[in-house]
This record gives sequence, C-alpha cells and structure tokens, in this order.
Amino acid sequence: MFTDFFYTLKRRKVPISIVEWMTLMEALSKGCISNLDEFYYLARAILVKSEAYYDHYDVAFQEYFKGIETPAEISEQIMEWLKDPINKMTLTEEERALFDSMDFDELLREFEKRLKEQTEQHDGGGHWIGRGGTSPFGHSGYHPAGIRMGGESGGRHAIQIAQERRFRNYRSDLILDVRQVKMALRGLRQLSRIGPEDELDLERTIGATCKNAGEIELVWSRSRKNAVKLLLLMDVGGSMVPFARLCSRLFSAAHSSSHFKDFQYFYFHNCIYDNLYQDIERQEAVSTDHLLRILEPDYKVVLVGDARMAMQELTERFGAIYYYERNEVPGLLRLKQIAEHFTHSVWINPVEPYYWNHPTVLVVEKFFPMFELTLDGLGQAVKKLVVKK
Amino acid sequence: MVTNDGFDRFSGSPDYVISEPLKNAVNVTIALERPLLIRGEPGTGKTLLAHSIANGLGKRLIIWNIKSTTKAQEGLYVYDTVQRLNDSRFGGSDVSDIKQYIKLGKLGQAFVSPEQVVLLIDEIDKADLEFPNDLLNELEEMSFYIPETNETITAIHRPIVVITSNAEKELPDAFLRRCIFHYIEFPHSELMEEIVRVHFPNIKDSLLHEALKAFYKLREIDDFRKKPSTSELIDWIRALIAGGIPHDKVSSEIPFVGTLLKKETDYDYFVARMGRKYYR
Repeated sequence: MFTDFFYTLKRRKVPISIVEWMTLMEALSKGCISNLDEFYYLARAILVKSEAYYDHYDVAFQEYFKGIETPAEISEQIMEWLKDPINKMTLTEEERALFDSMDFDELLREFEKRLKEQTEQHDGGGHWIGRGGTSPFGHSGYHPAGIRMGGESGGRHAIQIAQERRFRNYRSDLILDVRQVKMALRGLRQLSRIGPEDELDLERTIGATCKNAGEIELVWSRSRKNAVKLLLLMDVGGSMVPFARLCSRLFSAAHSSSHFKDFQYFYFHNCIYDNLYQDIERQEAVSTDHLLRILEPDYKVVLVGDARMAMQELTERFGAIYYYERNEVPGLLRLKQIAEHFTHSVWINPVEPYYWNHPTVLVVEKFFPMFELTLDGLGQAVKKLVVKK
Repeated sequence: MVTNDGFDRFSGSPDYVISEPLKNAVNVTIALERPLLIRGEPGTGKTLLAHSIANGLGKRLIIWNIKSTTKAQEGLYVYDTVQRLNDSRFGGSDVSDIKQYIKLGKLGQAFVSPEQVVLLIDEIDKADLEFPNDLLNELEEMSFYIPETNETITAIHRPIVVITSNAEKELPDAFLRRCIFHYIEFPHSELMEEIVRVHFPNIKDSLLHEALKAFYKLREIDDFRKKPSTSELIDWIRALIAGGIPHDKVSSEIPFVGTLLKKETDYDYFVARMGRKYYR
C-alpha cells in the first residue's frame, strides 16, 4: 500500500527506512485512521523523526497526493454534533430556544452555502465560518448554536496543510541560528579523564578492599571531561561583509558554548600573514609565529572565510592586500604552517559550494578540508575535527 | 474515526489543551506500543503532556528526569555494592542475599508495576550521546536481565513511554527509527487563548487580548537569546492579575517584563531598544 509514497519520500531526501514503513503499515492495519488528514499526521509522526524534515515531507506529500479529492467530512461532524443530545443539554434555556429557531437542515444548508461563498480563512465577525466571532460555525465562537469545528485544522485538508509548508524554516540545509550552531559544535568533544579525583572507582575499590583483608579501602578516579580546545580564525571585512551576520552567529555559538576546555579566536583579512588580530578592526596584533609557539598542536582549528582573493595575495612576498603589512612570508606558506602545526583543521566557507571554483579557493582547499557554513556542512566539519589521526 | 480493538484512547485532559495532530500521535503511540518522542521549543508543554496523558487515562505516572550524568543502567536497576561492602565489613543484613542490594530504577519500576503506567523520560538529550542507544533494546523488548541475581525483569504491561527532548543533541538514528515523533509547534494566538483560559478561567477578555498582543509582539523580535514561551506567558498573566494591572496599560508599558524575559542580555536589550519606544 502506498509503496510509491515511500519512494517519493526517499527521493525527497526524507531519511526513512523499512522499519518505519512497516510500523506505518502496522498502524494502518490497526485502523488508526479514517481519512487523508489523519493519514497525513499519522505518517508524519511515524516516518519523520525531525522537524528539519517536515518540509521535505510536505513537499513529497503534495507530490504524491495531488489531485486526490478529499470528502467533506465536515458535514458529518456537524451531524454528529447535532445528533448528540448531550450537546443540547449544555445550552441554556434561551439558547435552546434560539437553537430551535434554526432547524437542522436549515443549519446544514446554511453552512454549506457559506462554505462555498467563503474563499479564505476567516477569524472573528458574525457571518463567515472561522474562529471566534458569533457565526454559528467555526470554533471558539459565541453563537449559541455554534458548532465547534474540530480544533485548529477543522476545515483544512491535509494537502492544504502540506501546501502551506509551514515547516520550511526548519530545513537544516537553509538557515542557521546561534542555538543550531551550538548544537553542531556540541559534537566537538573528546572525553578524557582530567580534574580532581572525585569519582568512586568501584572495581578498584573492591580489589583494594579484598587485598586489605576486608577493611574498606576507597579508590577514587578522575571524572571524564571534554578536552577539546578550539581555535577560531575568522576572515573579516571586504568580501566577508555580506556574511558578517552569519559568521557572528557562529562566533557567538562557539563563544557561549561552555564545554570547551579552551577557546581562542583571532581575525584576519583575506589571508593569514605575519600577524593575526584580536579585534575585528585589526588593531591588536599578535604575531602568527608567537601563536604557533604557544598553542599546542591539539587545538582544533576552524578557519572561516570565503577564501576568495587575488592570487598574489596567496603566493607573493609583500602580497598582502594592505601594502603596509609588507609580509616577508607569502600567505600560502602561512596557511601551510598552520595546516601542518595543528593536527585537526577545517575551513568553513559561507559561500555556496557552487562558487568554489575560484583559483584561490581551490588552492586553500588543498590545505584545509572545506565545508559550507550550513548546519549540514558544520556537522561534517565537526566530524572531521574529532576523527582520530 | 474508525473504532478499533479496545486500546485506551486519549482525548486530552481538562487542564491541558492539545492540538489534533498531537492527539493523533499520542493515540498511535498507545496503539502501536512504541515510545513517543516529543520535541519543541522550551515551554510548549512537552513535559506536561505526559502528566496529561496519565491524568486523562487515569494511570500512574513515573518520571525519570535525565541529567548530564545519568547512565542508562540507572533506569534499569542499581546494584548497591557499597552498601553490600559495608555490610560485609561491619555486619548487618545477610550479604549472600544479593537481591536486597538490587534497587530497580524508574524503567524497572514501570516494568514491574501491576497496572499499566505512563513513563516519562524527561529531556533525554541532556544525557550522554550514547544514552538512547543503551536503552534501545530495553524499550523495544520491554525487558532486561540482571546478571547479579540471574533474573529477567519483563514488563507486565508495556508502559506508555513519552520521551521529551530539547534537541540539544542529535539522537541516534537507530533510536529514532523505533519512536513515534511529534514536534510541538509554538501555539498560534487562538490556541494560546484557549491555553490561557484553561489556567485562568475567569480572566477578562480585554486583559487577555492585550496580554497576547504584547506577548506575540515580543516574540517577533528575533534578537532575543530566549524568546518568551507559554510558561512565561502564564507566569506573566498571573503577575498581571495579582498586580491588578488595568488592561490598557498592558501592551503599552509591558509591566513585569522580567517574568517574560529571563536572560539578562534580553532584558537589557528590551530596556535599551523597546524602552525608548514604550516609555516615551
């Protein structure tokens, strides 16, 4: 059943497996649903495991179920409501009188008429079907004979919900906010036993106690803590200005992540030369050689930049974009120095990979594995940073 | 809706407003006996859902709060070796009876409970990355083995498992495959109105509307570190009512803004930017 839907979802890059599909089949065979709307939510709950893929799912759902007529089960809802005498009981004497002034068929006809006339969602007011207001139809309304239309998505059908694509903003390949970046950076950790000895080592305690002829001997060990040290080098100014906001999010995420053992950051413009800078205005200089001396090779290095510049900025002595820098060592060699000094380094590029076919980008890519500044790219970069070498 | 073979149906409880998709997800969870994984912004009522399910179905709720140091094993059972060691040294109870040193964890308690329970595993993402994987088998088979006593604990009734996550960490795929997933969206203003009315049945319309207006205006500001959420709104309205604030002052002055904005930086930002506009 619906096997093509499975492949449609796969093609739309929703990560689903046979396990989930069989679960869905099990749910269907138990008769959990009765219409397409419920199928939409049921299948989504079972098949999609992250809000990041809700949008992919919506697109696939639209594609597969387009053109399927959904029966108007709304009038059934009304009928059920009206048939249930308990509902009448909850009305006051006056209300019931008012209710009887409109008989059932009249009410239903009126409803269908208004549904046809109405073309858009409507809230408030006294005539249209919608939420609030005093029309007898819709929900949270005040008309005494009003009918509650099954909560928030009463009048809308699954395909319409899918068409709305409300979850577009949750796609992980589109946007990044600080929290998301932080989450990506969380993967950046290596646990090792450091700090004070504050954990009871049971095995060794028992061993020591036995050796001690049953006299209890407690043995303590160090607890596991994250040992990752992070060095963030960011390209600022010039061609990076359009990405300033994006990069600042990456920065604040790294800065406010408390789980690193140490976090250092420096700025540069276009390429790294004799100095790195502690501030964006590039006033407080620190010599690159000095940094390479004081920072151990186990710092994880993340370089952020578009890596686009003139070729001579990379290859020439005195090639720096600011003539006063007068760099004796070409930028390329500086990059090589960094790549060789640190065991793990990556380059994060805010520009789409489509534009990476640029001479200097290609050169930089030879020294540093390059990733896009998206959630996916960041995730891959983090993985690259924690692999054992 | 088609009636089906006799499992309990959840239709919300009086103190919790539930959206249709979420209700469906809960019922599927109950029917398929699989864990329900709930994600969503902080303050959208993830934890309350489990309370509501337990209330609505009249079942006992067992809560397992996860901390960064929680190990999967603790949920099953704890073997109190230190106590046993102590007893063996200083005497006390019979040390050869290992059973008395085995204490069942929350998951274990849920398994041995004579009636079906609702088990809430709260904020699973706080634990170590491997934590969910360690529970995979136990949650699927609903049984575990205690080597110390050569016992197998099997669930008498499979508990209804609700797992909440703030998505701080990615959960492993193998774990996700076995769950029913639902993402609680931030409620739109109509649903929010209902939610507030559940908490304050006697609230004046004018106050409620003004408060919601101000609240959603605040939420539109993207620069807050933590946007105010439902629970903050409830606190705020409680403060407004207690303070007897007239409704016409609510959205123009936003009194007690400290209940809405919990981060110092957000508060400063609000005072600096919005303050100028509001206090003019």
